Amino acid sequence: MSLIELRNVSKRFGRLIVLRELTLKIDEGQSIVIIGASGSGKSVMLKHIVGLLRPDSGEVFFDGERIDNLAEKRLSELRTNFGFLFQMGALFDSLTVADNVAFPLVEHTHKAPEEIAQIVREKLKMIGLPDAGVKMPGELSGGQKKRVALARAIALGPRVILYDEPTTGLDPIRSDVINELIIKLQRELKVTSITVTHDMQSAFKIADRIVMLHEGQLIFDGTPDDIRTTDDPIVKRFVLGEADEQELATLR
Amino acid sequence: MPMAMIEQVGRNTNNALAAFGDFCIFSFRTFVWLFTSGLRWKTFRLLFPQLYEVGVRSVPVVAVTGGFIGMVMAIESYTTFRTIGQEERMGSVITLSVVKQIGPVLAAVMLAGRIGGALTAELGTMNVTEQLDALRVMGADPIRYLVVPRFLACVLLTPMLTIYSDITGVMGGWMISTQFLGVATGPYWFYAAKGVETWQVMEGVFKSFFFGGAIGLISCYKGFTCGSGASGVGRACTESFVQSFIAIIVLNFFFAQFLRQMYETIYGIRGAFD
Repeated sequence: MSLIELRNVSKRFGRLIVLRELTLKIDEGQSIVIIGASGSGKSVMLKHIVGLLRPDSGEVFFDGERIDNLAEKRLSELRTNFGFLFQMGALFDSLTVADNVAFPLVEHTHKAPEEIAQIVREKLKMIGLPDAGVKMPGELSGGQKKRVALARAIALGPRVILYDEPTTGLDPIRSDVINELIIKLQRELKVTSITVTHDMQSAFKIADRIVMLHEGQLIFDGTPDDIRTTDDPIVKRFVLGEADEQELATLR
Repeated sequence: MPMAMIEQVGRNTNNALAAFGDFCIFSFRTFVWLFTSGLRWKTFRLLFPQLYEVGVRSVPVVAVTGGFIGMVMAIESYTTFRTIGQEERMGSVITLSVVKQIGPVLAAVMLAGRIGGALTAELGTMNVTEQLDALRVMGADPIRYLVVPRFLACVLLTPMLTIYSDITGVMGGWMISTQFLGVATGPYWFYAAKGVETWQVMEGVFKSFFFGGAIGLISCYKGFTCGSGASGVGRACTESFVQSFIAIIVLNFFFAQFLRQMYETIYGIRGAFD
Protein backbone atom coordinates (compact mmCIF):
# COMPACT_ATOMS: atom_id res chain seq x y z
CA MET A 1 0.00 0.00 0.00
CA SER A 2 1.24 3.48 -0.85
CA LEU A 3 2.02 5.88 1.97
CA ILE A 4 0.51 8.83 0.10
CA GLU A 5 -2.09 8.72 -2.63
CA LEU A 6 -3.85 11.43 -4.61
CA ARG A 7 -6.88 10.11 -6.46
CA ASN A 8 -8.40 12.20 -9.28
CA VAL A 9 -7.61 15.46 -7.48
CA SER A 10 -8.86 18.65 -9.14
CA LYS A 11 -8.38 22.19 -7.87
CA ARG A 12 -9.21 25.59 -9.29
CA PHE A 13 -8.70 29.14 -8.03
CA GLY A 14 -11.39 31.32 -9.54
CA ARG A 15 -11.30 30.62 -13.26
CA LEU A 16 -7.81 29.15 -13.18
CA ILE A 17 -7.72 25.36 -13.17
CA VAL A 18 -4.55 24.32 -11.36
CA LEU A 19 -4.94 20.55 -10.96
CA ARG A 20 -6.98 18.33 -13.33
CA GLU A 21 -7.95 14.84 -12.20
CA LEU A 22 -4.46 14.22 -10.85
CA THR A 23 -3.63 10.72 -9.61
CA LEU A 24 -0.32 9.89 -7.92
CA LYS A 25 0.91 7.20 -5.51
CA ILE A 26 4.03 7.61 -3.39
CA ASP A 27 5.59 4.68 -1.54
CA GLU A 28 7.26 4.89 1.86
CA GLY A 29 11.00 5.61 1.76
CA GLN A 30 10.91 6.97 -1.79
CA SER A 31 12.61 10.21 -2.83
CA ILE A 32 10.27 11.61 -5.43
CA VAL A 33 10.88 14.87 -7.27
CA ILE A 34 8.02 16.77 -8.88
CA ILE A 35 9.12 18.98 -11.73
CA GLY A 36 7.18 21.32 -13.95
CA ALA A 37 7.06 24.88 -15.20
CA SER A 38 6.05 27.73 -12.88
CA GLY A 39 2.29 27.68 -12.42
CA SER A 40 1.94 24.01 -13.35
CA GLY A 41 0.44 23.14 -9.94
CA LYS A 42 3.46 21.62 -8.16
CA SER A 43 3.26 23.61 -4.92
CA VAL A 44 -0.54 23.34 -4.90
CA MET A 45 -0.21 19.58 -5.09
CA LEU A 46 2.29 19.61 -2.22
CA LYS A 47 -0.14 21.61 -0.08
CA HIS A 48 -2.87 19.06 -0.80
CA ILE A 49 -0.67 16.27 0.54
CA VAL A 50 -0.34 18.00 3.90
CA GLY A 51 -3.93 19.26 4.02
CA LEU A 52 -3.15 22.96 3.67
CA LEU A 53 -5.46 22.97 0.66
CA ARG A 54 -8.50 20.79 0.07
CA PRO A 55 -9.38 19.51 -3.40
CA ASP A 56 -12.53 20.64 -5.22
CA SER A 57 -12.97 17.00 -6.20
CA GLY A 58 -10.96 13.84 -5.70
CA GLU A 59 -9.41 12.25 -2.62
CA VAL A 60 -6.13 12.40 -0.73
CA PHE A 61 -4.92 9.51 1.43
CA PHE A 62 -2.11 9.24 3.97
CA ASP A 63 -1.20 5.82 5.31
CA GLY A 64 -4.56 4.46 4.19
CA GLU A 65 -6.60 7.23 5.86
CA ARG A 66 -8.52 9.72 3.78
CA ILE A 67 -7.35 13.18 4.86
CA ASP A 68 -8.96 15.67 2.47
CA ASN A 69 -12.22 15.67 4.44
CA LEU A 70 -10.76 15.57 7.96
CA ALA A 71 -11.53 18.17 10.60
CA GLU A 72 -8.71 20.61 11.29
CA LYS A 73 -8.04 19.09 14.73
CA ARG A 74 -7.40 15.56 13.41
CA LEU A 75 -5.44 17.04 10.53
CA SER A 76 -3.22 18.87 13.05
CA GLU A 77 -2.40 15.55 14.73
CA LEU A 78 -1.70 13.91 11.37
CA ARG A 79 0.59 16.74 10.33
CA THR A 80 3.12 15.68 12.98
CA ASN A 81 4.02 12.97 10.43
CA PHE A 82 5.13 15.66 8.00
CA GLY A 83 7.98 18.12 7.87
CA PHE A 84 7.56 20.94 5.36
CA LEU A 85 10.39 23.07 4.03
CA PHE A 86 8.81 26.21 2.59
CA GLN A 87 10.27 28.00 -0.39
CA MET A 88 11.55 30.98 1.62
CA GLY A 89 12.03 29.00 4.82
CA ALA A 90 9.05 30.64 6.60
CA LEU A 91 11.02 31.00 9.84
CA PHE A 92 9.20 33.01 12.51
CA ASP A 93 10.90 36.42 12.51
CA SER A 94 10.15 37.14 16.14
CA LEU A 95 11.76 33.92 17.47
CA THR A 96 15.42 32.94 17.68
CA VAL A 97 16.71 30.10 15.54
CA ALA A 98 16.61 27.76 18.56
CA ASP A 99 13.03 28.76 19.38
CA ASN A 100 12.05 28.21 15.74
CA VAL A 101 13.44 24.68 15.79
CA ALA A 102 11.90 24.05 19.21
CA PHE A 103 8.47 25.29 18.10
CA PRO A 104 6.92 21.97 16.96
CA LEU A 105 8.35 20.23 20.05
CA VAL A 106 6.80 22.80 22.38
CA GLU A 107 3.48 22.59 20.53
CA HIS A 108 3.20 18.81 20.29
CA THR A 109 5.19 17.21 23.07
CA HIS A 110 5.40 17.50 26.83
CA LYS A 111 9.16 17.26 26.93
CA ALA A 112 11.15 19.19 29.57
CA PRO A 113 12.87 22.39 28.37
CA GLU A 114 16.33 20.78 28.80
CA GLU A 115 15.32 17.85 26.64
CA ILE A 116 13.94 20.18 23.97
CA ALA A 117 17.15 22.22 24.06
CA GLN A 118 19.15 19.00 23.58
CA ILE A 119 17.04 17.99 20.55
CA VAL A 120 17.42 21.49 19.09
CA ARG A 121 21.21 21.27 19.46
CA GLU A 122 21.21 17.85 17.74
CA LYS A 123 19.10 19.07 14.82
CA LEU A 124 21.18 22.21 14.35
CA LYS A 125 24.33 20.08 14.38
CA MET A 126 22.76 17.77 11.82
CA ILE A 127 22.20 20.63 9.38
CA GLY A 128 25.69 22.00 9.99
CA LEU A 129 24.81 25.12 11.99
CA PRO A 130 25.55 24.10 15.58
CA ASP A 131 26.16 27.66 16.84
CA ALA A 132 23.21 29.40 15.15
CA GLY A 133 20.72 28.84 17.99
CA VAL A 134 20.97 32.29 19.51
CA LYS A 135 20.71 34.15 16.20
CA MET A 136 17.56 35.75 14.83
CA PRO A 137 16.36 34.64 11.35
CA GLY A 138 17.15 38.12 10.01
CA GLU A 139 20.85 37.54 10.73
CA LEU A 140 21.03 34.44 8.52
CA SER A 141 21.79 34.13 4.80
CA GLY A 142 19.23 32.59 2.42
CA GLY A 143 20.92 29.18 2.50
CA GLN A 144 21.26 29.21 6.28
CA LYS A 145 17.57 30.08 6.64
CA LYS A 146 16.63 27.06 4.56
CA ARG A 147 18.89 24.81 6.61
CA VAL A 148 17.36 26.08 9.86
CA ALA A 149 13.89 25.62 8.36
CA LEU A 150 14.93 22.06 7.55
CA ALA A 151 16.07 21.53 11.14
CA ARG A 152 12.63 22.72 12.24
CA ALA A 153 10.93 20.44 9.71
CA ILE A 154 12.71 17.37 11.12
CA ALA A 155 12.39 18.33 14.80
CA LEU A 156 9.48 15.97 15.45
CA GLY A 157 11.02 13.10 13.52
CA PRO A 158 8.54 13.10 10.61
CA ARG A 159 7.90 10.17 8.28
CA VAL A 160 7.59 12.46 5.25
CA ILE A 161 9.52 15.61 4.39
CA LEU A 162 8.10 17.93 1.75
CA TYR A 163 10.50 20.36 0.10
CA ASP A 164 9.02 23.29 -1.81
CA GLU A 165 11.69 24.49 -4.24
CA PRO A 166 14.54 23.99 -1.76
CA THR A 167 17.29 25.39 -4.00
CA THR A 168 15.45 28.38 -5.47
CA GLY A 169 17.31 31.63 -4.92
CA LEU A 170 20.55 29.97 -3.85
CA ASP A 171 23.91 29.97 -5.62
CA PRO A 172 25.12 26.61 -7.06
CA ILE A 173 27.34 25.85 -4.05
CA ARG A 174 24.57 26.55 -1.50
CA SER A 175 22.15 24.58 -3.68
CA ASP A 176 24.49 21.61 -3.55
CA VAL A 177 24.73 21.88 0.24
CA ILE A 178 20.92 21.63 0.41
CA ASN A 179 20.91 18.70 -2.03
CA GLU A 180 23.49 16.85 0.06
CA LEU A 181 21.45 17.60 3.17
CA ILE A 182 18.31 16.14 1.57
CA ILE A 183 20.24 12.98 0.64
CA LYS A 184 21.75 12.79 4.14
CA LEU A 185 18.36 13.08 5.83
CA GLN A 186 16.89 10.53 3.44
CA ARG A 187 19.69 8.11 4.30
CA GLU A 188 19.91 8.73 8.05
CA LEU A 189 16.26 9.28 8.96
CA LYS A 190 14.78 6.84 6.41
CA VAL A 191 12.08 9.36 5.53
CA THR A 192 9.95 9.70 2.42
CA SER A 193 11.02 12.83 0.53
CA ILE A 194 8.79 14.77 -1.82
CA THR A 195 10.58 17.62 -3.53
CA VAL A 196 9.07 20.23 -5.80
CA THR A 197 11.67 21.91 -7.98
CA HIS A 198 12.53 23.13 -11.43
CA ASP A 199 16.23 22.78 -10.78
CA MET A 200 17.07 19.72 -12.93
CA GLN A 201 20.56 19.33 -11.50
CA SER A 202 19.04 19.05 -8.06
CA ALA A 203 16.34 16.68 -9.34
CA PHE A 204 18.86 14.27 -10.87
CA LYS A 205 20.93 14.30 -7.69
CA ILE A 206 18.25 13.60 -5.10
CA ALA A 207 15.51 11.68 -6.94
CA ASP A 208 14.91 8.00 -7.31
CA ARG A 209 11.66 8.86 -9.09
CA ILE A 210 10.74 11.95 -11.09
CA VAL A 211 7.24 13.03 -12.11
CA MET A 212 6.40 16.01 -14.27
CA LEU A 213 3.30 18.16 -14.04
CA HIS A 214 2.07 20.10 -17.03
CA GLU A 215 -1.08 22.22 -16.93
CA GLY A 216 -2.28 20.40 -13.82
CA GLN A 217 -1.77 16.89 -15.19
CA LEU A 218 0.91 14.26 -14.82
CA ILE A 219 2.74 13.87 -18.11
CA PHE A 220 5.78 11.90 -16.97
CA ASP A 221 6.53 9.36 -14.26
CA GLY A 222 9.82 7.47 -14.18
CA THR A 223 13.39 7.22 -12.94
CA PRO A 224 16.07 9.88 -13.58
CA ASP A 225 17.47 7.62 -16.32
CA ASP A 226 14.03 7.36 -17.97
CA ILE A 227 13.64 11.12 -18.11
CA ARG A 228 17.05 11.57 -19.76
CA THR A 229 16.01 9.28 -22.62
CA THR A 230 12.36 10.29 -22.97
CA ASP A 231 10.97 11.26 -26.37
CA ASP A 232 8.14 13.41 -25.01
CA PRO A 233 8.87 16.85 -26.51
CA ILE A 234 7.47 18.83 -23.54
CA VAL A 235 9.46 16.81 -20.99
CA LYS A 236 12.56 16.87 -23.14
CA ARG A 237 12.45 20.66 -23.57
CA PHE A 238 11.97 21.12 -19.81
CA VAL A 239 14.91 18.85 -18.94
CA LEU A 240 17.18 20.61 -21.45
CA GLY A 241 15.84 24.05 -20.51
CA GLU A 242 14.82 25.00 -24.04
CA ALA A 243 11.92 27.36 -24.86
CA ASP A 244 9.63 26.35 -27.72
CA GLU A 245 8.97 28.35 -30.91
CA GLN A 246 5.72 29.78 -29.57
CA GLU A 247 7.42 31.12 -26.43
CA LEU A 248 10.28 32.57 -28.42
CA ALA A 249 7.85 34.22 -30.84
CA THR A 250 6.64 36.52 -28.07
CA LEU A 251 10.13 38.02 -27.91
CA ARG A 252 10.30 38.85 -31.59
CA MET B 1 -22.96 48.79 -21.31
CA PRO B 2 -25.76 48.91 -18.71
CA MET B 3 -25.65 45.10 -18.51
CA ALA B 4 -21.92 45.22 -17.83
CA MET B 5 -22.52 47.77 -15.10
CA ILE B 6 -25.24 45.68 -13.51
CA GLU B 7 -22.98 42.64 -13.70
CA GLN B 8 -20.20 44.59 -12.03
CA VAL B 9 -22.50 45.81 -9.24
CA GLY B 10 -23.75 42.25 -8.74
CA ARG B 11 -20.22 40.87 -8.65
CA ASN B 12 -19.07 43.53 -6.18
CA THR B 13 -22.07 42.88 -3.92
CA ASN B 14 -21.41 39.17 -4.08
CA ASN B 15 -17.74 39.66 -3.20
CA ALA B 16 -18.59 42.01 -0.34
CA LEU B 17 -21.10 39.52 1.11
CA ALA B 18 -18.62 36.66 0.73
CA ALA B 19 -15.92 38.72 2.48
CA PHE B 20 -18.34 39.57 5.30
CA GLY B 21 -19.22 35.88 5.63
CA ASP B 22 -15.50 35.04 5.81
CA PHE B 23 -15.04 37.69 8.48
CA CYS B 24 -17.92 36.24 10.53
CA ILE B 25 -16.39 32.74 10.32
CA PHE B 26 -13.01 34.19 11.30
CA SER B 27 -14.57 35.98 14.29
CA PHE B 28 -16.47 32.85 15.31
CA ARG B 29 -13.31 30.75 15.23
CA THR B 30 -11.53 33.40 17.29
CA PHE B 31 -14.24 33.19 19.96
CA VAL B 32 -14.19 29.39 19.91
CA TRP B 33 -10.41 29.39 20.50
CA LEU B 34 -10.77 32.19 23.06
CA PHE B 35 -13.17 30.16 25.17
CA THR B 36 -11.43 26.82 24.68
CA SER B 37 -7.81 27.88 25.09
CA GLY B 38 -7.92 31.50 26.26
CA LEU B 39 -7.20 30.68 29.89
CA ARG B 40 -4.30 28.30 29.26
CA TRP B 41 -0.75 29.24 30.18
CA LYS B 42 0.22 28.88 26.50
CA THR B 43 -2.10 31.79 25.62
CA PHE B 44 -1.00 33.90 28.59
CA ARG B 45 2.62 33.43 27.56
CA LEU B 46 1.73 34.91 24.16
CA LEU B 47 -0.50 37.59 25.64
CA PHE B 48 2.07 39.55 27.69
CA PRO B 49 4.16 40.81 24.75
CA GLN B 50 0.93 41.90 23.05
CA LEU B 51 -0.25 43.72 26.16
CA TYR B 52 3.04 45.62 26.15
CA GLU B 53 2.79 46.40 22.44
CA VAL B 54 -0.87 47.39 22.42
CA GLY B 55 -1.07 49.01 25.85
CA VAL B 56 2.17 50.36 27.27
CA ARG B 57 3.53 51.65 23.98
CA SER B 58 0.26 53.38 23.10
CA VAL B 59 0.02 55.40 26.31
CA PRO B 60 2.01 58.47 25.11
CA VAL B 61 0.12 58.91 21.84
CA VAL B 62 -3.30 58.43 23.46
CA ALA B 63 -2.43 60.72 26.37
CA VAL B 64 -1.09 63.50 24.16
CA THR B 65 -4.03 63.48 21.73
CA GLY B 66 -6.56 63.31 24.60
CA GLY B 67 -4.89 66.24 26.36
CA PHE B 68 -4.83 68.45 23.29
CA ILE B 69 -8.44 67.68 22.40
CA GLY B 70 -9.46 68.74 25.93
CA MET B 71 -7.49 71.97 25.51
CA VAL B 72 -9.03 72.70 22.11
CA MET B 73 -12.53 72.13 23.51
CA ALA B 74 -11.85 74.66 26.24
CA ILE B 75 -10.69 77.27 23.74
CA GLU B 76 -13.58 76.68 21.34
CA SER B 77 -16.34 76.64 23.96
CA TYR B 78 -15.05 79.58 25.99
CA THR B 79 -16.43 82.35 23.74
CA THR B 80 -19.94 80.88 23.68
CA PHE B 81 -20.08 80.37 27.44
CA ARG B 82 -18.63 83.82 28.10
CA THR B 83 -21.29 85.44 25.92
CA ILE B 84 -23.99 84.11 28.22
CA GLY B 85 -21.87 84.63 31.34
CA GLN B 86 -21.67 80.94 32.18
CA GLU B 87 -17.91 80.25 31.85
CA GLU B 88 -17.91 78.27 35.08
CA ARG B 89 -20.21 75.68 33.53
CA MET B 90 -17.57 74.87 30.90
CA GLY B 91 -16.27 72.16 33.24
CA SER B 92 -19.51 70.26 32.90
CA VAL B 93 -19.63 70.32 29.10
CA ILE B 94 -15.93 69.63 28.49
CA THR B 95 -15.74 66.77 30.99
CA LEU B 96 -19.00 65.23 29.81
CA SER B 97 -17.95 65.37 26.14
CA VAL B 98 -14.54 63.94 26.92
CA VAL B 99 -15.57 60.97 29.06
CA LYS B 100 -18.66 60.07 27.08
CA GLN B 101 -17.60 60.51 23.47
CA ILE B 102 -14.27 62.10 22.64
CA GLY B 103 -12.09 60.08 25.02
CA PRO B 104 -13.30 56.60 23.97
CA VAL B 105 -13.65 57.38 20.27
CA LEU B 106 -10.35 59.21 20.03
CA ALA B 107 -8.46 56.51 21.94
CA ALA B 108 -10.00 53.84 19.71
CA VAL B 109 -9.20 55.75 16.51
CA MET B 110 -5.62 56.32 17.61
CA LEU B 111 -5.32 52.62 18.41
CA ALA B 112 -6.82 51.66 15.06
CA GLY B 113 -4.06 53.70 13.43
CA ARG B 114 -1.17 52.69 15.65
CA ILE B 115 -2.00 49.11 16.54
CA GLY B 116 -4.42 48.11 13.77
CA GLY B 117 -1.94 49.02 11.05
CA ALA B 118 0.92 47.30 12.87
CA LEU B 119 -1.07 44.10 13.47
CA THR B 120 -2.20 43.91 9.86
CA ALA B 121 1.33 44.55 8.59
CA GLU B 122 2.82 41.93 10.92
CA LEU B 123 0.27 39.21 10.17
CA GLY B 124 0.11 40.16 6.48
CA THR B 125 3.87 39.77 6.19
CA MET B 126 3.64 36.42 7.96
CA ASN B 127 0.94 35.46 5.47
CA VAL B 128 2.87 36.35 2.32
CA THR B 129 6.06 34.71 3.62
CA GLU B 130 4.11 31.48 4.32
CA GLN B 131 4.63 31.69 8.10
CA LEU B 132 0.90 31.16 8.65
CA ASP B 133 1.06 27.98 6.56
CA ALA B 134 4.16 26.95 8.52
CA LEU B 135 2.16 27.29 11.75
CA ARG B 136 -0.63 25.15 10.36
CA VAL B 137 1.79 22.51 9.10
CA MET B 138 3.27 22.33 12.59
CA GLY B 139 -0.19 21.76 14.02
CA ALA B 140 -0.54 25.20 15.63
CA ASP B 141 -3.75 26.92 14.59
CA PRO B 142 -2.76 30.47 13.54
CA ILE B 143 -5.97 31.85 15.04
CA ARG B 144 -5.19 30.38 18.45
CA TYR B 145 -1.52 31.25 18.27
CA LEU B 146 -1.68 34.72 16.71
CA VAL B 147 -5.20 36.15 16.76
CA VAL B 148 -6.46 35.25 20.25
CA PRO B 149 -3.63 37.00 22.16
CA ARG B 150 -3.82 40.09 19.94
CA PHE B 151 -7.61 40.25 20.15
CA LEU B 152 -7.49 39.85 23.94
CA ALA B 153 -4.85 42.57 24.26
CA CYS B 154 -7.00 44.98 22.21
CA VAL B 155 -10.18 44.17 24.18
CA LEU B 156 -8.52 44.47 27.58
CA LEU B 157 -6.38 47.52 26.97
CA THR B 158 -8.55 49.82 24.85
CA PRO B 159 -10.66 50.62 27.97
CA MET B 160 -7.47 51.30 29.96
CA LEU B 161 -6.22 53.63 27.27
CA THR B 162 -9.63 55.26 27.14
CA ILE B 163 -9.26 56.08 30.85
CA TYR B 164 -5.86 57.65 30.12
CA SER B 165 -7.39 59.64 27.28
CA ASP B 166 -10.26 60.73 29.56
CA ILE B 167 -7.90 61.86 32.31
CA THR B 168 -5.58 63.86 30.05
CA GLY B 169 -8.57 65.31 28.14
CA VAL B 170 -10.23 66.48 31.36
CA MET B 171 -6.95 67.85 32.69
CA GLY B 172 -6.24 69.61 29.38
CA GLY B 173 -9.65 71.26 29.44
CA TRP B 174 -9.20 72.29 33.08
CA MET B 175 -5.72 73.69 32.49
CA ILE B 176 -6.71 75.95 29.59
CA SER B 177 -9.99 77.03 31.21
CA THR B 178 -8.54 77.94 34.60
CA GLN B 179 -4.89 78.79 33.97
CA PHE B 180 -5.24 80.70 30.69
CA LEU B 181 -8.88 81.75 30.30
CA GLY B 182 -9.43 82.85 33.88
CA VAL B 183 -12.25 80.51 34.93
CA ALA B 184 -12.18 79.84 38.69
CA THR B 185 -11.02 76.33 39.61
CA GLY B 186 -13.60 75.67 42.37
CA PRO B 187 -16.76 76.32 40.31
CA TYR B 188 -15.17 74.62 37.28
CA TRP B 189 -14.82 71.33 39.20
CA PHE B 190 -18.15 71.85 40.97
CA TYR B 191 -20.05 71.92 37.66
CA ALA B 192 -17.86 69.17 36.19
CA ALA B 193 -18.76 66.89 39.10
CA LYS B 194 -22.42 67.93 38.91
CA GLY B 195 -22.74 67.31 35.17
CA VAL B 196 -20.92 63.99 34.98
CA GLU B 197 -22.18 60.87 36.67
CA THR B 198 -20.43 57.55 37.15
CA TRP B 199 -22.80 56.13 34.50
CA GLN B 200 -21.40 58.45 31.85
CA VAL B 201 -17.80 57.61 32.67
CA MET B 202 -18.63 53.91 32.55
CA GLU B 203 -20.54 54.39 29.30
CA GLY B 204 -17.31 55.47 27.60
CA VAL B 205 -15.29 52.67 29.16
CA PHE B 206 -17.98 50.07 28.37
CA LYS B 207 -18.14 50.81 24.66
CA SER B 208 -14.36 50.90 24.37
CA PHE B 209 -14.27 47.13 25.05
CA PHE B 210 -16.21 46.71 21.82
CA PHE B 211 -14.07 49.25 19.95
CA GLY B 212 -11.00 47.27 21.00
CA GLY B 213 -12.61 44.00 19.90
CA ALA B 214 -13.49 45.47 16.50
CA ILE B 215 -9.94 46.80 16.00
CA GLY B 216 -8.41 43.44 16.97
CA LEU B 217 -10.66 41.33 14.77
CA ILE B 218 -10.58 43.59 11.71
CA SER B 219 -6.80 44.11 11.81
CA CYS B 220 -6.05 40.41 12.25
CA TYR B 221 -8.57 39.41 9.56
CA LYS B 222 -7.06 41.87 7.10
CA GLY B 223 -3.58 40.50 7.82
CA PHE B 224 -4.77 36.92 7.30
CA THR B 225 -6.45 37.69 3.99
CA CYS B 226 -4.06 40.21 2.45
CA GLY B 227 -2.98 39.94 -1.17
CA SER B 228 0.48 38.86 -2.21
CA GLY B 229 3.57 41.03 -2.11
CA ALA B 230 4.38 44.34 -0.48
CA SER B 231 1.48 46.08 -2.24
CA GLY B 232 -0.96 43.48 -0.87
CA VAL B 233 0.23 44.10 2.69
CA GLY B 234 0.14 47.88 2.19
CA ARG B 235 -3.41 47.76 0.84
CA ALA B 236 -4.51 45.53 3.71
CA CYS B 237 -3.09 48.03 6.24
CA THR B 238 -5.04 50.89 4.68
CA GLU B 239 -8.25 48.83 4.56
CA SER B 240 -7.69 47.73 8.13
CA PHE B 241 -7.54 51.32 9.40
CA VAL B 242 -10.44 52.55 7.28
CA GLN B 243 -12.72 49.65 8.23
CA SER B 244 -11.75 49.82 11.92
CA PHE B 245 -12.50 53.54 11.87
CA ILE B 246 -15.89 52.99 10.24
CA ALA B 247 -16.67 50.17 12.70
CA ILE B 248 -15.82 52.46 15.64
CA ILE B 249 -18.04 55.28 14.36
CA VAL B 250 -20.96 52.98 13.55
CA LEU B 251 -20.68 51.09 16.86
CA ASN B 252 -20.51 54.43 18.67
CA PHE B 253 -23.77 55.52 17.07
CA PHE B 254 -25.59 52.35 18.11
CA PHE B 255 -24.13 52.44 21.61
CA ALA B 256 -25.17 56.11 21.97
CA GLN B 257 -28.76 55.13 21.18
CA PHE B 258 -28.74 51.93 23.23
CA LEU B 259 -27.08 53.45 26.31
CA ARG B 260 -29.30 56.54 26.24
CA GLN B 261 -32.41 54.37 26.29
CA MET B 262 -30.94 52.26 29.05
CA TYR B 263 -30.09 55.35 31.09
CA GLU B 264 -33.59 56.76 30.68
CA THR B 265 -35.11 53.43 31.66
CA ILE B 266 -33.06 53.31 34.85
CA TYR B 267 -32.80 57.00 35.88
CA GLY B 268 -35.44 58.81 33.80
CA ILE B 269 -34.64 62.02 31.89
CA ARG B 270 -32.05 64.21 33.62
CA GLY B 271 -29.83 66.97 32.25
CA ALA B 272 -26.42 68.41 32.98
CA PHE B 273 -27.91 71.82 33.85
CA ASP B 274 -30.55 70.61 36.31
